[in-house]
Amino acid sequence: MSEWMLIAGMAVLTFIPRYLPMAFAGKAVLPPLIERAFGFVPIAVLSAIIAQTVLIRDGSLTMSFANPHLLAALVACGVAIWKKHLFLTIAVGLLVYGLARFILI
Amino acid sequence: MNSHTDTRGRAFAQGARDTVPLIFAAIPFGVVFGALALANGLSREATLAMSMLVFAGSSQFIAVTLLASAAAMPVILLTVFIVNLRQMLYSASLMPHVKAWPQRLRLLSSYFLTDETYAVVANHVMSKPGDQRLPWYYMGSALSMYGNWVLCTYVGMTLGQQIPDLTAWGLDIAMVVAFIGIVVPLLHSLPRVCCALVAGIGSVVCYEWPNQMGLLFSSLLAIAVGLLLERVSSAREVANV
Repeated sequence: MSEWMLIAGMAVLTFIPRYLPMAFAGKAVLPPLIERAFGFVPIAVLSAIIAQTVLIRDGSLTMSFANPHLLAALVACGVAIWKKHLFLTIAVGLLVYGLARFILI
Repeated sequence: MNSHTDTRGRAFAQGARDTVPLIFAAIPFGVVFGALALANGLSREATLAMSMLVFAGSSQFIAVTLLASAAAMPVILLTVFIVNLRQMLYSASLMPHVKAWPQRLRLLSSYFLTDETYAVVANHVMSKPGDQRLPWYYMGSALSMYGNWVLCTYVGMTLGQQIPDLTAWGLDIAMVVAFIGIVVPLLHSLPRVCCALVAGIGSVVCYEWPNQMGLLFSSLLAIAVGLLLERVSSAREVANV
């Protein structure tokens, strides 16, 4: 069955990139530059995902205050800078999103 | 139950709890995947098996979309591999934290490495460096994401065409605000702020690139910018001393 071959292939090709670096942790000596680059990975990737999810709505750039994702994200950024508290950031962000949807629709 | 297993259990529960907003955000994607896969001609068994064996949202969506367009299998597989290069970056950045883990545990945990679990675990290792119970915390996050994903796929398969348009509810906002809560406290130096800005602007500029290459490219560019600025600012500090 070709769908099972597809799944097997996908499973292998998904697993390899997830596992390979971890497999060599502690075995390969990494250049200090690479070690420093690791510290930037969460900042870079998560920021990229945040920006794309917030600003690209329904396949196009939506930079307006009628975009409830953008409103909620901006307020969440404010709360995160001010309080540095994860759950408060999430709670306020969701609340603002709910209110914005309620008012804008 | 002795106190050792008790703290492990607590670490597991903590990992699961910290992942709750992201689990919530993943629900519509899991449900839509289940329905879409069946609509695009995948069998019920294969749909569920894909969520259980592949466990990678973006890859699964791309695969069933390409399946509908009758793309050749090598094309689908190559695309899936490219999309997963982002996970390689995650795995690499966890290297310093898994050095002491037995290989079996690395095999098991990397199988469950998603955007969500990475975000939660990266946040945890930065706020609590050297936590001995990290494997339990990690698996708590990983297995709760996994259980939710498989369950939501099944729900989507069952509801089929009758699913309400969950994506219109915008539940992905939970992922956005959770990621903001994780990233913003990390931005305590100019190189880090610039890294975030470059990644954000880049990902929007390149959003039309196929296979999420824009995300990968803008992330790598942002990491390079961060490193470069860090080098410049540390050179300046040395010069000032």
